[in-house]
Amino acid sequence: MKKSFFVRVLSGGLPALGFAFFAMTGPAMAETFGIGLPVSATDSAQRINDFHDMLLVIITGIVIFVLALLLYVIARFNAKANPVPSKTTHNVMLEIVWTIIPVVILIIIAVPSFQLLYKNERIENPEMTLKITGAQWYWIYDYPDHGDINFTSYMIPNDKIDTAKGEKRLLSTDNKVVLPVGVTIQALVTSGPTDVIHSWAMPRFGIKTDAVPGRINHTWFRINKPGAYYGQCSELCGKDHSYMPIEVWAVEKPVFEEWAAMAKEDADKAQAWIQANHNPAAKVAGVAVPPAPASEVAEPSVPEEPAGAEPETQTVPEGETSKGSDE
Amino acid sequence: MGDHGHDHKPGFFARWFCSTNHKDIGTLYIIFSIIAGLIGGLFSMIMRLELQEPGVQYLLTSAGDPNGHLWNVIISAHGLIMVFFVVMPGLIGGFGNWFVPLMIGAPDMAFPRLNNISFWLIVPAFFLLIASAFIGVTETTTGAGTGWTVYPPLSTSGHPGMSVDLAIFALHLAGASSILGAANFITTIFNMRAPGMTLHKMPLFVWAMLVTSFLLVLAVPVLGGAITMLLTDRNFGTSFFVPEGGGDPILYQHLFWFFGHPEVYIMILPAFGIVSHIVSTFSKKPIFGYLGMAYAMVSIGVVGFVVWAHHMYTAGMSVDTEAYFTAATLIIAVPTGIKIFSWIATMWGGTIDFKTPMLWAIGFIFLFTVGGVTGVVLANSGVDTVLHDTYYVVAHFHYVLSLGAVFALFAGFYYWIGKISGRMYPEWMGKLHFWMTFIGVNVTFFPQHFLGLNGMPRRIVDYPSDAEYASWADWNLISSYGAYLAGLSTIWFVFVVFYTLLAGKKASANYWDVQPQSFTLEWSVSSPPPFHQFDIQPMVK
Repeated sequence: MKKSFFVRVLSGGLPALGFAFFAMTGPAMAETFGIGLPVSATDSAQRINDFHDMLLVIITGIVIFVLALLLYVIARFNAKANPVPSKTTHNVMLEIVWTIIPVVILIIIAVPSFQLLYKNERIENPEMTLKITGAQWYWIYDYPDHGDINFTSYMIPNDKIDTAKGEKRLLSTDNKVVLPVGVTIQALVTSGPTDVIHSWAMPRFGIKTDAVPGRINHTWFRINKPGAYYGQCSELCGKDHSYMPIEVWAVEKPVFEEWAAMAKEDADKAQAWIQANHNPAAKVAGVAVPPAPASEVAEPSVPEEPAGAEPETQTVPEGETSKGSDE
Repeated sequence: MGDHGHDHKPGFFARWFCSTNHKDIGTLYIIFSIIAGLIGGLFSMIMRLELQEPGVQYLLTSAGDPNGHLWNVIISAHGLIMVFFVVMPGLIGGFGNWFVPLMIGAPDMAFPRLNNISFWLIVPAFFLLIASAFIGVTETTTGAGTGWTVYPPLSTSGHPGMSVDLAIFALHLAGASSILGAANFITTIFNMRAPGMTLHKMPLFVWAMLVTSFLLVLAVPVLGGAITMLLTDRNFGTSFFVPEGGGDPILYQHLFWFFGHPEVYIMILPAFGIVSHIVSTFSKKPIFGYLGMAYAMVSIGVVGFVVWAHHMYTAGMSVDTEAYFTAATLIIAVPTGIKIFSWIATMWGGTIDFKTPMLWAIGFIFLFTVGGVTGVVLANSGVDTVLHDTYYVVAHFHYVLSLGAVFALFAGFYYWIGKISGRMYPEWMGKLHFWMTFIGVNVTFFPQHFLGLNGMPRRIVDYPSDAEYASWADWNLISSYGAYLAGLSTIWFVFVVFYTLLAGKKASANYWDVQPQSFTLEWSVSSPPPFHQFDIQPMVK
């Protein structure tokens, strides 16, 4: 945000015009003039990104082909260049060709499309369940496998945003959805019986599932990397539709177990503990977490395991650790 | 009525308020469409102004807080106005009324009084929709902030007050208007063609209107049923869409999109027809693959009825259902491709004259291709998971509608304004309008693809401003600049309209010098045509 507008246009906007080669999935999330899908945090999202990259090549090829034909026609058959028009009205062979070739292209698209659809839909032995309930205008989260942890998650108002903690305007929530990495999580998504439709979206997980009153939708994900992940309600739900974000904190499994054990007793205390000691948002933003050990500050990218592992050896009760994993 | 071939026009009130003449009703529709378009366009300017920068700068409550509801009302009104009160009246009521009877050699529509009531239903419908924006108890309940889709429960339990009821009545009237108009077109086209004009000799615009009319007659009643059920859910204690009473909100989505998907073809098929005529006229070549073009529209119309749930991939369907809708949706690319290639083949070998209508038509072909290929991306349920309800979808449907259907509206306007008004627009004025619009709308909507890929949801009044999300602010800023240019071009268009009507040069009967191979019957009558045309029935070889 420091560079002037025009510098940013020149550095980012102009290459963007080469849609085909620059819009490939890349580290778009963190870039000015990002033009691609965000970096994946799950295998499902990576499959989506890969398939989208393939589609992008195909559709760019089609657009360039049509544009080239139009430009050729404009240059070659304008009134000056071609004063006598031809009388052709049809060409059966040509018409068959331009019907068959699109069909072939569509088959080339459809096969991996179905593979992606079925692969991402199939859940392999969920290890834990997260119940997500949409409400006007917040989210309710339940962890039925962890002693019925239950809490609500509201957006942090703009005037209370603390950037030192890595909090982001319109994205950070008061209570974080704390989840373990490397665990297959099934999400049951619904909305309050008298509420409206919402949609739980997490772009970097490749997830978007509508929360519909009276039905429970099902999806799943397995987060690969620790970090803070953000999403926003993606179905129009009334006046504060823009203000019910989703913030997932993915932490190492032992940290999660420790948090879950604490949250079972007192959800507020557990939130305060995890936000004070294991804040991945601050690391992503490159800002030091005030109470964190000094070793964390040096590594602004991915949280290290040792730092997170340290406190948990002291506080996690043995029984809780196994409970979460034997699901 | 008019006798002996001499114009015998009724007085002002009888002519414009009790009109039974297809040309006058067409003119009324075109004027209505332009006025509604200016209002709908004003809403889009407000939206781009608000989204230009992060934070809520303009849409505030009197207490100074962000008014998300007002935003929702504006986006909903923008969508409903543009679909029901700009594109449909312009293409179908306006150009359809004007040129279907002329092109088939008929003296008027089959049911002139039905035609009159079709128009006079849409005017109160528009007033009801505008009124709905002002009815409400508090600032945050005034107006229907439901989106143009009016999904329950947001549109039922989520909207107390009368706004949504008024919006539903507006859609009832607009729907009745469309159904009556469609019945009129079908009857006219089937029964009133000049001798010798078999279906396979019909101009493509007439083909387009015929397919469109069938789509309207089959699709709009489903919408009527769905919104009537909404109305009774809201007011009379039924529970069609209320889960507590055994209903299902998703049922409404199925009903809505069973209408809503054919609706997008209802908006684009007449555009296909107009573009075909313009490409043929200005290339001085007959339409390439006429039969393929006609039956491509028929097949788009048929397949368009079995793809509706691709709007609902995230709503929770079985994976096999999603796979079916993915496959069915991809298939639509085939007839669409046939049309694109046939237009290019029509130009191939031609003697192309780049008059203003031709610029709009070529712009349409290219931009519709861009909108079409992003549609192919969105058709895939697997990818749509991340793109659904993001700005990628907004970019896609604006490329096919705002840069597709609206380009065809302008193409038709410049192509036929001489015929309609008897006066020509100055060529440079039309070309300036084209280039301003072309640049403006592309700068507006192309960056929205990137916003969508970046994950920005639709229908949000404010967006994150964190450094990680800097691209959102950048693309939104560019998009807004593009919108302002497009807005300027619209003001210019209004000026062009007035200049043409007041000071344009007189137009001859066949002012484009349309050659025999592209000739349609409207070029055989004077500009403007006599109040009652074809006193002697034309014969088609």
